[in-house]
Amino acid sequence: MEWETVIGIETHVQLSTQSKIFSGASTDVGAEPNAHACEVDLALPGVLPVLNREAVEKALRFGIATQATINQRSIFARKNYFYPDLPKGYQISQFEIPIIEGGSLTFRVGDVEKTINLTRAHLEEDAGKSLHEDFVGMSGIDLNRAGTPLLEIVTEPEMRSSSEAVEYAKTLHTLVRWIGICDGNMQEGNFRCDANVSVRRKGDNTLGTRREIKNLNSFRFLQQAIEYEARWQIEQIEDGLPIVQATVLFDPDSGETRLMRTKEDAHDYRYFPDPDLLPLIIDDDWLVTVRSSLPELPKSKAERYQAELALNGPDVASLVSTLEAASYFESALAEFDEQTIKPAAKLIANWMNGEVAAALNREQKDFSVCPVSPSSLSTLIKRILDNTLSTKLARLVFEELWGGALSVDDIIKEKGFTQMSDSGEIESYVDQVIAQNPQQVDDFKAGKEKALNSLVGQVMKLTKGKANPTQVNEILKAKLV
Amino acid sequence: MFDKTVKELGNALRRKEFSSVELTQAFLDRSKSLNGKINAFITFDEEQTLAQARAADETLLKGEPTHLTGIPIAHKDIWCAKDWITTCGSRMLENFRSPYNAHIIKRFNDFGAVIQGKTNMDEFAMGSSNETSWFGAVKNPWDLNRVPGGSSGGSAAAVAAGMTPASTGTDTGGSIRQPAALCGISGLKPTYGLVSRYGMIAFASSLDQGGPMAKSAEDLAILLEAMAGFDAKDSTSVNNKQVDYASSINASVAGLKIGIPKEYFSDHIAPDIQKAIELALKEYQKLGAILVDVELPTSPLSVAAYYVIAPAEASSNLSRFDGVRYGYRAPEYGDLNDMYAKTRAQGFGAEVKRRILIGTYVLSHGYYDAYYIKAQKIRRLISQDFMRAFQTCDVIMSPTTPSTAFKLGEKASDPVQMYLSDTFTIAANLAGLPAMSIPCGFDQTNLPIGLQLIGNYFDEAKMLATAHQFQRVTDWHLKKPPLTTA
Repeated sequence: MEWETVIGIETHVQLSTQSKIFSGASTDVGAEPNAHACEVDLALPGVLPVLNREAVEKALRFGIATQATINQRSIFARKNYFYPDLPKGYQISQFEIPIIEGGSLTFRVGDVEKTINLTRAHLEEDAGKSLHEDFVGMSGIDLNRAGTPLLEIVTEPEMRSSSEAVEYAKTLHTLVRWIGICDGNMQEGNFRCDANVSVRRKGDNTLGTRREIKNLNSFRFLQQAIEYEARWQIEQIEDGLPIVQATVLFDPDSGETRLMRTKEDAHDYRYFPDPDLLPLIIDDDWLVTVRSSLPELPKSKAERYQAELALNGPDVASLVSTLEAASYFESALAEFDEQTIKPAAKLIANWMNGEVAAALNREQKDFSVCPVSPSSLSTLIKRILDNTLSTKLARLVFEELWGGALSVDDIIKEKGFTQMSDSGEIESYVDQVIAQNPQQVDDFKAGKEKALNSLVGQVMKLTKGKANPTQVNEILKAKLV
Repeated sequence: MFDKTVKELGNALRRKEFSSVELTQAFLDRSKSLNGKINAFITFDEEQTLAQARAADETLLKGEPTHLTGIPIAHKDIWCAKDWITTCGSRMLENFRSPYNAHIIKRFNDFGAVIQGKTNMDEFAMGSSNETSWFGAVKNPWDLNRVPGGSSGGSAAAVAAGMTPASTGTDTGGSIRQPAALCGISGLKPTYGLVSRYGMIAFASSLDQGGPMAKSAEDLAILLEAMAGFDAKDSTSVNNKQVDYASSINASVAGLKIGIPKEYFSDHIAPDIQKAIELALKEYQKLGAILVDVELPTSPLSVAAYYVIAPAEASSNLSRFDGVRYGYRAPEYGDLNDMYAKTRAQGFGAEVKRRILIGTYVLSHGYYDAYYIKAQKIRRLISQDFMRAFQTCDVIMSPTTPSTAFKLGEKASDPVQMYLSDTFTIAANLAGLPAMSIPCGFDQTNLPIGLQLIGNYFDEAKMLATAHQFQRVTDWHLKKPPLTTA
């Protein structure tokens, strides 16, 4: 019997605003507990919420970037429940009419392109934190996080495997950082996923009973949790046991999910429109302004790079993985004309994904703070394209640049890295190699193409890498044929 | 001095007939000596009060005084005032000292007014008799065996008894107008959104509106000038141009069209009230006003709609009183849920608990559409009724209450009878319209009767002038209850 896993994801994206969604307090959580909890965050008697425009703007950016419907009139509602870190006894969220409905995200899983439809995205406030470990017999409450703006993004149940779910989450993670609405810090909980998982027999059109795995704050946990949960559900059904709709938690240590509460103990949140807040009205001008302030999106850039620059899929995927990488790529590319742009693009991509990425990784940096500037990299690429540098020499130049040197051409001059291009000089080395390697010469003449590579290698070694390998190749062939 | 209006006292202060400290001390002394009888005040804080009076005297001496500089004003204990105990009439907040100022408190401070004390009120403004206060019932100065009305009963009684020159109240379903009527003073509930709700402890957010209570319409105008105005901290605050209510108070009522809704003149009204209202309307006709019949067909549903919407919002607004961060916490409890349950069971009184239960019920899954949504539809119809009526009239008049002040305890055990005492006042809150009550006579037992004026949105200036014209030719608002101090 073949089984199919059905997954929908809800992601809480913390919007990177200066102040909280309904108060003027700072969203910086690094402070002393409750240092950033003002009278509104503490829910003192008589205080009132005022919506932060910046949070709305960030939600709009997301809606536009996913081609969603922006509801130009949306409603804030109160979700009522008691918990010590929920100071008002209700969370201000959106229920019946969210700011964003629909939209989609497209990504690749292996070679297959997949589009996942979004149900909605709504604005809400985060709760505070309960600290159960720090006080004996008591709990501490830190309300610094209370009132931090969140965008909750909900998908349709359209994913069919843990890897699709992870690719969706990664694509969303890239997008929210790309459009500047979230810092993406998963350890801090600024991007956290809930996965709704159910299983059904292949070909079955009805959805199985789902269980929701809460608060997954890494892609690895997301993958592990879904896989465990799906396996568990299949075993249950195969053992003739029912699946009860429930909320579960994933324990990374055991790799298992465990029951938090079933639908029976679910709260009746008694949602109703918050009378303290007027309907949120988005006028056309505001939409136009936000639309024009959005950067070109990763998907569009990727398509453009492939069509205009003839780059391949994998190259492009890494170039558009962050806005910083794409900007770096584009500024490096800006220094080439129409004639050289395609080979330059290929080389820049190779270098960015190779040498540069490796060096950045080593020092745990990203492209926004890369010690080698895009213009230095493009000079380096120019010197490769005009045959001044071999790849090997270029690597040496790059090391110098990384170490703090500024000018590619100065390094070439100072270190004598110039590629040998005088064919007379190369010929003398070629002659020397032919004389010293009669066996390989005979092999080549007998038809063994590989022998030529060995001879080229000998010449390169003799010239300490300064000869142009293509030129060596040509001269060797001319002499031997 | 205790008979004088805010306007008169302000003039006297600026003429240096007495200082603010002298004036304030006199009112403090009188209100303290009467408070045992009337229980109008929950909190006095003489030190803070006199400090403000001294500062006001400085301003009177060498600054730029306003109409309110140096005038002691009593505030309903629903307004948060920095460093003042702010109880909202509840055990839940018995020891809550506010670390911040409500918007209107800040405004009064800016105008140089003096906080004389915090007045008694029904617990969390839930009540029409001031009997639900944790701090005991307020007595009506006209008859100490009767209620002053509620929920702003302390504010109304304090003005009526000459314990303070003027006070503030809040009105969710009649809580300014009904006690004003029952105590024989003037009170105004402004248009929803005119006075910031920031720092007013919320009962039902979409209905709550703060307003002034005083001896005359003219005083109301002076107080409203300080209270009204845009506040960025209240999203429902309206950003209108500031109006000078005092300067337009002499506008004539000649040609004014007064709408008379037949729904508000039913058999349920006490005959004395009926008579007093008719005489008041005759007085207006003498001044040149014209009476026109208007219809408010949905208004009989207003009490029912109100007792769905107001408790629904209250059940959520009062969730913050959970014993976690401030306020009362039960001294003994087991786990977290037990702490919540005991804290709220002990901290809230019966009427508050009743409304939390009603509100929780009507918002619950499966009942929401039948109650809450239905009530909101009725609310819209009520507003539409008024809009239709205001096409043919400038102001609507009716009795403020169906009866004069009732006996303490008379309706305390019958919530529905209690709720019906707001039957004429609630519709204005549901529609968000400005409404006021002014004294217009007495019944046979010498209890005051109130005339209600309901105006169109932001028509406060016209309403105040209309009330003032009546007070120029009548003296009901000048009558004093027969009280002896100490």
